[in-house]
This record gives sequence, C-alpha cells and structure tokens, in this order.
Amino acid sequence: MLVILNGERTEIAAADLAGLLSEMDYEHTHVAIAVNFQVVPRVRWAQTALNSGDQIEIITPRQGG
Amino acid sequence: MADKIAFYGKEFASRLLVGTALYPSPAIMQQAIRGSGAQIVTVSLRRETSGGRIGNAFWDLIRELGVTVLPNTAGCRSVREAVTTAQLARELFGTSWIKLEVIGDDETLQPDPVGLVEAAGVLSKDGFEVFPYCTEDLTVALRLRDAGCTVIMPWAAPIGSARGIVNREALKLLRARLPDITLVVDAGLGAPSHAADALELGYDAVLLNTAIAKAGDPVAMANAFRLAVEAGRAAYEAGLMGPRDFASPSTPVVGTPFWHAVS
Repeated sequence: MLVILNGERTEIAAADLAGLLSEMDYEHTHVAIAVNFQVVPRVRWAQTALNSGDQIEIITPRQGG
Repeated sequence: MADKIAFYGKEFASRLLVGTALYPSPAIMQQAIRGSGAQIVTVSLRRETSGGRIGNAFWDLIRELGVTVLPNTAGCRSVREAVTTAQLARELFGTSWIKLEVIGDDETLQPDPVGLVEAAGVLSKDGFEVFPYCTEDLTVALRLRDAGCTVIMPWAAPIGSARGIVNREALKLLRARLPDITLVVDAGLGAPSHAADALELGYDAVLLNTAIAKAGDPVAMANAFRLAVEAGRAAYEAGLMGPRDFASPSTPVVGTPFWHAVS
C-alpha cells in the first residue's frame, strides 16, 4: 500500500508498524513513531495496523540547540 | 559554585546549559560539553531514513556524558507540529522536559508568541514541564507563567547572531516582574561577557550553542563560558553597585598633599 513515510510517498508491504520497522531496517534502533500526528508508544507497535495514505513519522535523536 | 539552581524541582550546580549541534566533530562536542561543566544539554529529533543508525550513534555519545537531556521542538511552525514533536520527544528520550520552540518568522527565527502560549498550555496540561523559548515581551512571559511554566527562556538576540543582550531594559523588567520564575537567557549570546552580563542581571542561567561550537577552539571557549557564568552569578550575589551620572573619587580627598595649599 502507499503511505507517506517521513514526508515521502512510499510503497510498503508491511501491514503494521512493527512490520514496517523490520521492512525499513529500523530494528534495534532508538526511534519514536507518530502516525497521523498521534504518537504510538513502543508497546503498541505490533498491534498498530497501517492504512493506505497514513502519514508516518519515524524519528531519531539528533544534535540540537 | 555554592548555590544551586532548580528546574521543575530538579537541582543542578551548573547555570550553563549548552546545545549539542554545529561542533567540528563528535569528539570535540563531548570534550566541549565536559569543559563547560554543563549538566543539561539540548537535543533534537529528526527524521531518519537510513535505518536510524546516525541517531543511535549520536544518542550513545550523549549517554556517555551522563547529562540530563532537554529535547527541543526546533523548526516547528505550528502548535500541532510542536505538540506532536514534544510527545515524540517524551517517547524517545523518556523525559517530560521540553524546550518549546514555535517559530513565527524564518528570517529572524523569532518565536510565534500566540502559538507558543497555546502550545505551552496544551503541553502543561498533558504533564510536560515546559521550557519555552520566547522574546523579551513581558505579556507573553506572564501568559506562559499562567499556562503553567515555571521556567521561561527569553532570547538575548536572534538565534546564532552572537550579538549579546539587545534589549536590556526589557530583560530587567522580566526579572523584576517574575521573581519566582526560573529565567534563562536563551539564544543570541556570542561571548562569555554576554553570559556574565545575563547572570549579573539576575538571570538564573544561560543556554547557548553556537558561540561555543563555532569558536576557533570550542573546548577552550566552553571553559571560558563556564568561568564567565560563575563570575556573573558570583557578582550578582555579591550585589553590584548602581551606575552614577558623575564621577566620584575612589581615593579619599581629605588629606590630599597640597590640598588648599596657598600658592
């Protein structure tokens, strides 16, 4: 299905967030995720189904001032 | 330093908060932060498409320092973006602290006061402890206090401008009107003397990044800022004399040789 992943239209095979992380090679990294502006806690990644058109943000720590 | 500073009930010895961006290398960033004596550092959160490895490496460096992290919402231009970014930061860093930035103008990076106050209210109700980055406007500061902020961070000058305190009278007014709020000068400081200036005005702390990271020798400059912050605070506690309009001799006049001598 087609989703918006970090601002880019992306075709994905995964049906849920945990699957998406595996598909995109994010496993075992320190990330936080929001789907359609709602933060999804780590404990709910496996149960969070994705839908076509979802806006997904996967973010990591970065330098800041 | 003897006296401690508290942010939302947590005590710290250092009154210098530093950013983690713009350093020549990760190793120099670590050395500079250690040299600054800072116990609180700001971090951000960004999209990453390369499997999260860059973020992981940075996060490992920060954890090695053993400091308290203050995540920011840098770059957010709406209340919705800022609130969601803060919630992501809470999830990512495991802290309810957030340096709240809602930018209203790309040219000056001036905060959007309307969005800032609204976002501060939303986040405070959601359990966040908000460190709002604002201008020196008194009314905005009062509204931020009313929204639940016990820390308020007015700028000295635009971010990265290195100009020092531009509107001294307004910052003095904020200090006078908000005696119970922890006030931090955030942004626009370029030299250690600027930091000392802020502490001498009675500000509780300063937050800076570029002035250290972009110095010729960031580690040496971090040390210079540490000393300046300590000096500024010590001077404030010692009680500075006020300015005078006219000269007043420091050497006693009475007994001056040849005083009133007949010529």
